[in-house]
Amino acid sequence: MNFLPLWRYQNQLIDGAIVTLELTVISALAGLVIGIAGAVALKGRITPLRWLVRGYIELFRNTPSLIQIFIVFFVLPNFGLKLPAFEAAAVALSLYFGAYSVEIIRAGLDSIPRSQVEAGQCLGLSGWQVFRHIILPPALRNAYPAVTSQFVLLLLGTSLASQVAADELFHVAGFIESRTYRSFEVYAVICAVYFAMAMSFKALFAVIGLAAFRWPRRR
Amino acid sequence: MALVEIRDVHKTFGKVEVLKGVSLDVEEGEIVTIIGRSGSGKSTLLRCINALESVDSGEIRVEGQKVHARMPDLKKFRQRVGIVFQAFNLFPHLKVERNITLAPLLTGRIEKAKARALAADVLTRVGLADKIDAWPEQLSGGQQQRVAIARCLAMAPHLMLFDEVTSALDPELVGEVLKVMEAMAKQGMTMILVTHEMGFARNVANRIVFMHQGRVWEQGPPAKLFANPETPELASFIASAK
Repeated sequence: MNFLPLWRYQNQLIDGAIVTLELTVISALAGLVIGIAGAVALKGRITPLRWLVRGYIELFRNTPSLIQIFIVFFVLPNFGLKLPAFEAAAVALSLYFGAYSVEIIRAGLDSIPRSQVEAGQCLGLSGWQVFRHIILPPALRNAYPAVTSQFVLLLLGTSLASQVAADELFHVAGFIESRTYRSFEVYAVICAVYFAMAMSFKALFAVIGLAAFRWPRRR
Repeated sequence: MALVEIRDVHKTFGKVEVLKGVSLDVEEGEIVTIIGRSGSGKSTLLRCINALESVDSGEIRVEGQKVHARMPDLKKFRQRVGIVFQAFNLFPHLKVERNITLAPLLTGRIEKAKARALAADVLTRVGLADKIDAWPEQLSGGQQQRVAIARCLAMAPHLMLFDEVTSALDPELVGEVLKVMEAMAKQGMTMILVTHEMGFARNVANRIVFMHQGRVWEQGPPAKLFANPETPELASFIASAK
């Protein structure tokens, strides 16, 4: 076991980790927007839209993420949409994260009692005001643990982007391994990096959760 | 013209007809208490007055305006008709001040600079001025219900509806809520209450309405109604409530 040959690749490893973080954060933010919009649509009255969202959820939750990335990267160019590897992975992972987020946020919205909505309506608030100020904050709190778990799964799942040669951490690891033939050392190091990133995000989310959701839980 | 006019209102849920032709007038400044057994349609009637439920037939008018769930100025109407629920329904993620000022601010009734003063004022009226910065979860049931009343008062309603507001409270907390409602009654607020608190109904209401099987079965001044019920149903209800 010798980790020293890896030292000269430290900059590539750092760059790979940064790309992984960028891919994760961009996909998660876009996925979260999809999640909220999809959850609202699922609870809405427009039946075709509900079917559309339901179809999207089932499609993306029941097919391999790798195939989703391949379709965006290899198939969409046939229809005139050619995206670089990073962007293609970001689009596919956003849609993947969005599909899970829709269900998580919908469950969060469902957890808010109907009586809270009525209380808001009875004070003369509009539908949007009730949603924004009364339903959404507690719904997000209820959904928060599941969303953050899904975020960590997304972080680990970004390694699939290596298959379309996006320069993220796992792709960099493959490159270093091919140069050094130190398989164990390379994958031990990137495993430690993924682990450190995942644990750091968990700690960060715990702090954000405490700051954002300060109200006491029901006894 | 009465403040609230209810004419031959029918309401059905599925196959169950809950209201079977209810007619009732409530004058401005009047305190009307609706009593009756569970399932007699009391709460449904209150929800229809506030357009939380639509009537199947008949008509409800408040201040001359016909009430229904799709009325064009429903939001403005609801600002004039406050309702307090059995389960308080405070917003758990907002402190007491924000619970009270959210609607007045969002509906443009007050400016932001005056919000805290408004919250302090209505909280003083319900005896909870010191709880302005508390979370709802930190309050007792009685205190939560008083905040819910304060939240309604902040909208300066013309009519207040109370739907069994003491039913979810421990017996020792009921008194503090009734005291607040009694004070509101003395100030001339028009109130329609659904309650099982017979003592309160007897002492505070101008008129008691006894509902039975989805109809107004009997009504009149409390002294007369409690002393000389005209129907065996009311007599039996009063006896069972003692």
